[in-house]
Amino acid sequence: MRVLQVSLGIAILSFASLSAMPGASTPMQNRPEKNGNGINAIVQDEIATTIVNQYLDLKNALVESNSEKAAQAGGKLAKTLKKFDVSSYEQGQQQELKEIVEDAIEHGEHISKSKIGHQREHFEILSEDIVDMVAITGTSQTLYQQYCPMYNENKGGFWLSTEEEIKNPYFGSKMLTCGKVQKKIG
Amino acid sequence: MKYLKISGLLILVALVGIQFIPTSLNQSEVVPPSDFMISNEVPEHIERKIRVSCYDCHSNNTEYPWYSTVQPMAWILEDHITEGKEELNFSEWDDYSSRKKRSKLRSVKSQIESNKMPLSSYTLLHRDAVISEKEKKMLLEWLETLEAR
Ligand code: HEC
Repeated sequence: MRVLQVSLGIAILSFASLSAMPGASTPMQNRPEKNGNGINAIVQDEIATTIVNQYLDLKNALVESNSEKAAQAGGKLAKTLKKFDVSSYEQGQQQELKEIVEDAIEHGEHISKSKIGHQREHFEILSEDIVDMVAITGTSQTLYQQYCPMYNENKGGFWLSTEEEIKNPYFGSKMLTCGKVQKKIG
Repeated sequence: MKYLKISGLLILVALVGIQFIPTSLNQSEVVPPSDFMISNEVPEHIERKIRVSCYDCHSNNTEYPWYSTVQPMAWILEDHITEGKEELNFSEWDDYSSRKKRSKLRSVKSQIESNKMPLSSYTLLHRDAVISEKEKKMLLEWLETLEAR
């Protein structure tokens, strides 16, 4: 474990020095100076990115109406969320982040052990959590917030995607293109 | 025949035997201020229905039915209570963050709407916990107003 940690640290440091070079990518979020300069901030940015990616895997599985794949993605997501440490973020945002993470873990766990209909119910609330999380952590990729007004007996539901083109995770092939882009994030 | 008798006897002995294994009770004298019914203004008819239909498994206080002294029923109930409280504990409602409240409220509505709760294995013996179509409508409408607040 120790060796792993050290080598991870070195890997991250070298990555950090690379990205500090002129022209390299900018950090995800303007953190307060005192919190934002440690290795931990970089690690947490990585974790936040993984969370979004695993959420997107889950979304794609639901687009395919593949319950088994969705369950796997949900389980992975819950695991990653548990590793997420909010202490490197701005003090005033830590509480909200913590609540988001706590809620999202529950949804991920439910998704990991339920059928497609129930998975979609939890995915809808999870999507709100992820949007709120990204509003705080920032994102390294462009995301589109998309909305289909017909989900859940016309109460509507939204989700995030990396593509502008609509592929609806709530209905699968039944109504794949229901929805529109609400917002571009990042 | 002989085998049948012996195994029948063994099962009987086992059934009697497990009656002596103690179970822990989910009961508490005090209703905490965080209880759903205290931290919200709940009309009486709504309160009654939720208490009867949900509180046995989703609060710190179970009204134990007659069969709860008989094994293996007691274990099954105990399992439901542990699992149920983990999902949702009305006694701790106000300790939930507003995000969690919102999230749980939605789950509650969808569970009631799709007749998944209360568990059918429970309503089998608790007929008064059954939620009629009329009661369902009443509960959902009220829960909607709670969410809007
Ligand atoms: C016999 C015990 C029992 C009763 C009575 C009961 N529940 Fe449950 N409830 C459970 C158990 C066990 C679980 C967890 C496993 C599951 O989801 O099936 C659960 C899960 C839940 C969940 C989370 C479901 C999810 O996956 O999102 C909600 C919400 C819920 N119950 C609401 C209620 C409401 C509202 C009532 C009353 C109308 C009620 N329950 C009555 C045992 C019970």
